[in-house]
Amino acid sequence: MSKIATRDAYGRALARLGAEKADVVVLDADLAKSTKTIDFAKVYPERFFDMGIAEQNLMGTAAGLAAIGKIPFASTFAMFATGRAFEQIRNSIAYPKLNVKIAATHAGITVGEDGASHQTVEDIALMRVLPNMTVLAPADGPETEGAIRWAAEHTGPVYIRLGRLAVPVINEENYVFTPGKAVTLRQGKDVTIIATGLMVSVALEAAEALAAEGIGAEVLNIHTIKPIDAEAILASTARTGCVVTAEEHSVIGGLGSAVAEVLVEGQPVPMERVGLKDTFGESGKPAELLKKYGLTAEAVVAAARRSMERKR
Amino acid sequence: MSEAITQRLESTARQIRQHIIAMTHAANSGHPGGSLSAADMVTALFFKEMRIDPQNPRWTERDRFVLSKGHAAPVLYAALAERGFFPVEELKGLRQTGHFLQGHPDMKKVPGVDMSTGSLGQGLSAAIGMALGLRLDGKDARVWAILGDGELQEGQVWEAAMAAAHYKLDKLAIFVDINGLQIDGPVEEVMSSFPVLEKFQAFGWNTIEIDGHSMPAILDAIEVAKATTGRPTCVIARTIKGKGVSFMENQVGWHGTAPNAEQAATALKELQ
Repeated sequence: MSKIATRDAYGRALARLGAEKADVVVLDADLAKSTKTIDFAKVYPERFFDMGIAEQNLMGTAAGLAAIGKIPFASTFAMFATGRAFEQIRNSIAYPKLNVKIAATHAGITVGEDGASHQTVEDIALMRVLPNMTVLAPADGPETEGAIRWAAEHTGPVYIRLGRLAVPVINEENYVFTPGKAVTLRQGKDVTIIATGLMVSVALEAAEALAAEGIGAEVLNIHTIKPIDAEAILASTARTGCVVTAEEHSVIGGLGSAVAEVLVEGQPVPMERVGLKDTFGESGKPAELLKKYGLTAEAVVAAARRSMERKR
Repeated sequence: MSEAITQRLESTARQIRQHIIAMTHAANSGHPGGSLSAADMVTALFFKEMRIDPQNPRWTERDRFVLSKGHAAPVLYAALAERGFFPVEELKGLRQTGHFLQGHPDMKKVPGVDMSTGSLGQGLSAAIGMALGLRLDGKDARVWAILGDGELQEGQVWEAAMAAAHYKLDKLAIFVDINGLQIDGPVEEVMSSFPVLEKFQAFGWNTIEIDGHSMPAILDAIEVAKATTGRPTCVIARTIKGKGVSFMENQVGWHGTAPNAEQAATALKELQ
C-alpha cells in the first residue's frame, strides 16, 4: 500500500487550485517547507504571503483578505493555528463567517520528536465548538485533495486537520469527497468502528483482525467532524448495537465526544473511545508514540471486544 | 482646506457627538468616552475622505474602514446613520435584544461596517488583509483604521505593524486615538504604550503627530497619508477622552458608563 502524508497532498492540491482559481491566496507563518505551502509559493509567489512567526496576525490578515473576496488558505502547525490564534479565529473569522480556510498541519502526536509542545491533541475540540466552522480531518492523500478542493468551493470558514506522517492511501485516486457524509469502508453487524484521520487505516487493520476471529466490524470514516453525519452513525449502531471511536486526539472534545453526543440524543449504545486519555504526548518516533498512547489496531480490537461485551 | 468645509465637518462632528450621548443613554450601556475622542477623525473620514456609497454598502471599489477599538461602536454607528446607511432613528436601538446595532461592530448585521471588531488588537491585521487583497485586485481603494492607545498593549498590533511595513502597504493608514485613558486608569500608569510615534517609526511606518480634535490637522494628515508611497502611515492623534462633554473629559469613569437622563440632557446642551 502506498503512503503519503496529508500535508504533502495539501501542497499538491494547493498548487492545482492556484491554477484554477485566481482568488486563492495562501498565508504561512515561517513553515512553508513543512506545511508544504511552498508548492504553491513557488508557482504563485504574488499570491503567497509569509506572515512570519506571528499566527495571530496571520489569522487576522486572512480574515481581511476574505473580506475583499479572496479565498485565503491560512497554514501553520495545528498547535499554533488553533491554540495560539484561537481567539483571532473565533472573533475575526468564525463570528463574521469569513471565507477563510485554516489548513493546519502536524496535528496529533505523530509530529513525533518535537514533543508535547508541538503535538496538538485538542484542536478538533477547539474548532468544533465554534459556530460557523466546518471541521475536516481527511484520512489519506486523495481525501485531502478532495477536502481542499471542496473547501475552496465552499463559502465560509473551514478547518482542515492534516498530518506530518506518511499514512496509507486507502481511497482511489478518483475519490469524490462528499462533505458531511460518513464513508462506510467496511460492513459488519457486530460492532461499529468510527475513525477519523490517520486512525481510519488503523481501524481497517483492526477490522481485519476481528474478521479473522469471526467478528464483523463496520468501519466508518468520519472525515467531516462538523457537521457530523448523525444519520450514518445511528443507522450503523442500530445494526451493530455497539461502537468504538478512534482518533489521534484527546478523547475529550474530539470525535469520541461528537459521536457520544449523537448517540446520547439518538439511540445510546455501549461505546468505547480510543484516543489520548487526558494526557499530553512526549517526544519519540511516531510509531512508538502511537503504541505508547494506545492508538494501534490491537487497542481498537480490545476496545471493540469491551464494547461488544457491554451489549445487553 | 476651505473654511466652509471645515465648518461643515465640525458641525457634523457635533451632531455625531450628540448621537453618541443619546444612544448610549437610551441603551443605558456602551462606551461614550472613547467614542467622543474619535468623533472628529471618524467625521473627517466618513464625510470628507472615503469613497463609499450608502446605497451600495458592499460596493467593491469602496474605501474600507476598520474600527479596531471596537468599543467605540457608537461613533461609527452615528457616522453611518448620518451618512445614510440606515435611518438615524435606529441609533436608539443600540445594544437592544433583536436590534442590528450590536454592542461592538458586526459586519454581518450593520450596513457599512467592513469588519467585525471588539476584541482589541485584531483590527489592524484585518486592515492589512484588505490592503493586500485590494492591491492584488489592482484597485486603488484605501484602507483606514482607528486604533486606541490602550489597545496597543496587545501583541498582535505589533505583529501587524511589522507586516504592514514589510509588505509596503501605502494604501493603508491608521489613526491612533491617544486619549491617554483605559479602563483601569491612565495608560501611562496601567501599562504604558508610549512613545507611540517612535515605535511605529522604528517598525518602518511614516508617522505624523496631530491634535486629533483639530479638523484642519486631521484633513492635512489624511493628505499626508495619501501622498506617502512605499509604506503605511500612522497618524498619532492626541485626543481627550469624553471630548465635548465637560464632566466626561479626561475622566476614567466614562469609558464604559452611559449617561443618565440628567447627565445626557446636560451633555446634549453642551454639544449644541
